Amino acid sequence: MNTIIGRRAFLQGTAGLVVTFTIPCGAQASPATLDPEKVDAYLAIAPDGSATVYAGKVDLGTGARVAIPQIVAEELGMRPERIALVEGDTALTPNQGGTGGSTGIMVGGMQIRQAAATARQGLITLAAARLNQPAETLDTADGAVVPRAGGPGVGFGALVGGGRFDLAVDKNVKPKNPDNYKVVGKSLPRPDLPAKLTGRHDYVQDIRVDGMLHARVIRAPAIGASLRSVDAASIAHIPGAQVVRVKDFLAVVAPREWDAVRAMRALRASWSETAGLSGSQTLFDTVRNTPVARSETLRNIGDAASVFAQGGRVMTASYRWPIQSHASMGPSCAVADIRAGGGTVWTAAQGTHRLRQVISQLLGLDAAKLRLIYQDGSGSYGGNGNDDVAFEAALISRELSRPVRVQWMREDDLGWDPKGPPQLLDLRAALNAAGDVMAWETVAMVPQNNPAPTGTPLIAAVAAGLVDGSGMSSGQTAANSDPPYLFANVRADIKWLAATPLRPSALRAPGKIGNVFAVECFVDEIAAATQADPLQFRLSRLKDPRAIEVLTRVGQMMAWKPRTTPRPVSDWRGGAVLRGRGISYMRYKQNENYVAMGMEVEVERSSGKVRVTRVFCAHDCGQMINPDNVRAQVEGSIIQTISRTLLEEVKFDASRVTTTDWSSYPILAFPDVPKLEIALIDRPHERALGAGEAATAPVAAALGNAVFDATGARLREAPFTPARVKAALAASV
Amino acid sequence: MTALTLRVNGRDRTVDLGDPDTPLLYVLRDDFALHGPKFGCGLGQCGSCAVIVDGQAVRSCMTKAASVAGKTIVTLEGLGSPDKPSKVQAAFIAEAAAQCGYCTNGMIMTATALLGRNPRPSEAEVRTALASNLCRCGSHVRVVAAVLRAAKEG
Repeated sequence: MNTIIGRRAFLQGTAGLVVTFTIPCGAQASPATLDPEKVDAYLAIAPDGSATVYAGKVDLGTGARVAIPQIVAEELGMRPERIALVEGDTALTPNQGGTGGSTGIMVGGMQIRQAAATARQGLITLAAARLNQPAETLDTADGAVVPRAGGPGVGFGALVGGGRFDLAVDKNVKPKNPDNYKVVGKSLPRPDLPAKLTGRHDYVQDIRVDGMLHARVIRAPAIGASLRSVDAASIAHIPGAQVVRVKDFLAVVAPREWDAVRAMRALRASWSETAGLSGSQTLFDTVRNTPVARSETLRNIGDAASVFAQGGRVMTASYRWPIQSHASMGPSCAVADIRAGGGTVWTAAQGTHRLRQVISQLLGLDAAKLRLIYQDGSGSYGGNGNDDVAFEAALISRELSRPVRVQWMREDDLGWDPKGPPQLLDLRAALNAAGDVMAWETVAMVPQNNPAPTGTPLIAAVAAGLVDGSGMSSGQTAANSDPPYLFANVRADIKWLAATPLRPSALRAPGKIGNVFAVECFVDEIAAATQADPLQFRLSRLKDPRAIEVLTRVGQMMAWKPRTTPRPVSDWRGGAVLRGRGISYMRYKQNENYVAMGMEVEVERSSGKVRVTRVFCAHDCGQMINPDNVRAQVEGSIIQTISRTLLEEVKFDASRVTTTDWSSYPILAFPDVPKLEIALIDRPHERALGAGEAATAPVAAALGNAVFDATGARLREAPFTPARVKAALAASV
Repeated sequence: MTALTLRVNGRDRTVDLGDPDTPLLYVLRDDFALHGPKFGCGLGQCGSCAVIVDGQAVRSCMTKAASVAGKTIVTLEGLGSPDKPSKVQAAFIAEAAAQCGYCTNGMIMTATALLGRNPRPSEAEVRTALASNLCRCGSHVRVVAAVLRAAKEG
C-alpha cells in the first residue's frame, strides 16, 4: 500500500487540509487539473506505468469501482489491476455531477472513456516520436505503445509517467471498436468485496479522527416546532456530554459514542406545539386538493380531447403511489472537521461537489477551502439522509471547532430522511367498437421541482434559521407517465403541485415506478376489458425491435400461453391460494433501457397476503461494461421494488412521521424473496446506459397485473397490504 | 469506570466501560476498533450488528457488554481476512453476495452460526435462519446461494 498526498491540495493552496489516504495500487498521483474538459482531470500515469483514475462518480455498492477501471483499461490498453480509482473527492476528482439517475456509467463512465481514448492517442503520438515510427503503425497493449508489426515498444510510464498529458478531452477521438473488447463486457470481480466481507473496509461510519466527538441530534417532537428551552443540567451526569444549540437545531456531543446516545435520551428540552400536517389517512385527498403550481404537457399526439368529446366507450381509473423512505440499512452518518473557515467532511453523499457548494454557502465558508471526501456508506438509493447528516456534522464541528461524527439513529433515518413523494394519476382511455384504443389521457399529480439554491432544505439548516425551508426537488417524476404504445391520440399532462406533506427528494427511479404502475396496469385493464391477451396486446402496439425483444423473451421465459385475464373462476376450484401471472413493459424515461417483467404470484384468500413466487425479467441497457454488476443491480431493483409494492408506506400524524422502525416500516425479508430469472441482453454496439434504476420501474405493474389475473381484483393503490387486498377481493366477488 | 475484560477473536481485551449498560456493539466498534459489526437499528430488528457469542449469533446492539464477560466472542474480522477468508466469507466473495455490504456482516455471522449447528441446511432452512436479517440493496438471492455454497463446500 502506498500512501500518497492529495494532489490538488497543493495546487489550491490548501495544504493545511491535506489528508493522506491510501489506494490499493502502486500508482502515484501527480498534480493535475480538476477541469472536466482536460484528460489530466481523469487520468494520471505513474513512472512505473500504473494509472490512477479520478472519478467524480462514486460506487455506492453498484460496482462502478471495477466498471470504470475496466473502461479505462480497455481504451488505454492496460491491465485493470494496474489502475487505481479515486472517487468523489472534491480536492482530487472532477465534478461529473452527482451519482444519481443511473448516470454513473452512462454519463460519468463515458466521459472517462473519452478521456482515456484521447490519452491513448496522445501516448501513441509521443511514442511515434520516440520510436521514430508513424503513429498509424502503432497500437497499445499491456501498458505500452507497441508497433503493430512487432518489435520493441515503449511503456506508458516512460512516456508520461509522473507528468501531464496536457490534452483537452477530444470528442472526435473514436473509442475502440467493441468487436475487439478484451476487458469491457467481462464480469471482473469487485475489488472491495473481500475487505467488506471480512470487516476491513472503511465505511463512513468507521471514520475516526483524532480529537473527534460523537454527536447525536435531538429531533423536534413535531416538524417545524421551535425550541423553547434546554436543560443542560439534565445531562450533567454523563461524562463530557455537552449541548450544542443553534436556534432550533439541537444536538449533544460526548467523547464516547454510547454517552452521546445516553445524552440524547436524557436531555430535557421544551418545544413549541406544532400540528400542521394533514396526516397520512387522508393523503390522497390532500394531494388532490393541493394547488397546482405549474402544468406541463409531457406528450401530445393527435387530438385526444376530440376523441373523448365524441363519447363512446370510455374507461377511467385513478392510481396511487404512497410516500416511501429510502430506508437505508445503516442510518446516515458523516464526520466533519471544520475550523478556520474551511475543513474536511467525510460523507457517503451521492454528489460531493454539489454538497460542498451547499455546505459552504450555508456556513459562509470558502468552497475552495472545504473538501468533501466520499466514503462508502450504507446503500442510499437517491437522496437519503446523507446530505442532512453531512451538514449537521459540519455545523456542529464549526460550533465546537473540533472534529465531530454525527450518526443518525434508526428513528432519524426512517423518520426524517427526505421521502419519495406521493403520486396520483388519473387515466382515461376511449375505445372503439373493435376494442382499439382511440385515445389515451394521463393526468399525473406530483410535487413540483423548484429547488432552492441550496437544494433540498436540510433539516438542520432550516432549524438553525439559515434557510427558509422552501424549495423542493424529487427528480424526473413525470417520466413514463405516458404509454409506450402506438395509440393514435395520446395526451399526458403533469400537474406540478405546489406542496407535498413531507419533504421530498429523489428516491430510486423517481416517479417512474408509480407512473409505470398506473400506465401498465391500466393497459392491462384495457386488455382485459377487450378480451385481449396482455402480451399480444402489447406486442401488437410496439414497433421498436428492442422493445419487442424484451417482451418476447419474457413471454418465452414464462412459457406464456395466450389467454384473457383474469383466470377463469373455474380454475380457482375453491382454493385457499389463488395463483396468477402478470407482465409489464417500459422503456426507461422513454429513451433509455428496455425492460419487460413477468411475475407469478400467490394470493392467500383468507389473509389477503400476496406472495411473489417467480420473477422473469429481460433487460436491455445497451452495452454492458460488467454483466454481473448489471445483474446485481437488476436483482436488487426487483427485490427492493417488490418490497416497496407490497409493504412500504410512510405514515404520519399531525406532527411527524410515525413509521420509524422496521416493525412499523417493514421491508421484504428472506422468506418472501422470489426466485429470479433474468435475461441480460448485451448490445455492445449500442450506447451504454445505466443499470441502477430501470428494472425497478415495471415491477409494481407486473405484480398488480398478476394479482388481478389470480383474483379478478384490480389493485390501484400501493402498497398491496393484506387489508387492502382483502378489501379488493371482497369488492370484486 | 468499570474495567471489563472480554475474549474477542481469541484475545482477551480490557476496556474501561463507563456506563455499565453499554451495549457490546459500542465496545467492539469504538474501543476495540472492530468495524465488522454495524449499527443498523439499535433495536435488534435488522441483524447488521450480529456477532457470535459461544456459537450463537447475537445482536450486539441489544447485548450488554458486561453480560458476555467470560464468553467467547467472534466478530466478522475474527472469522477470516481478505487473504484467508472463512468458508462462509469465501462463498460470499465468490457469489458477490453484497452490494453496499452494510448488512452483510449479519448475514455472514448468522450463516456461520447456522452451519455450526446444521452443516447441510436446505434452502428453506437458510431463508428461515436469515428471516430476521434485513437487506435493502436486494442481495438476498446471492446471499442464499452463498450460504448453500459454503454448506456444500464445507
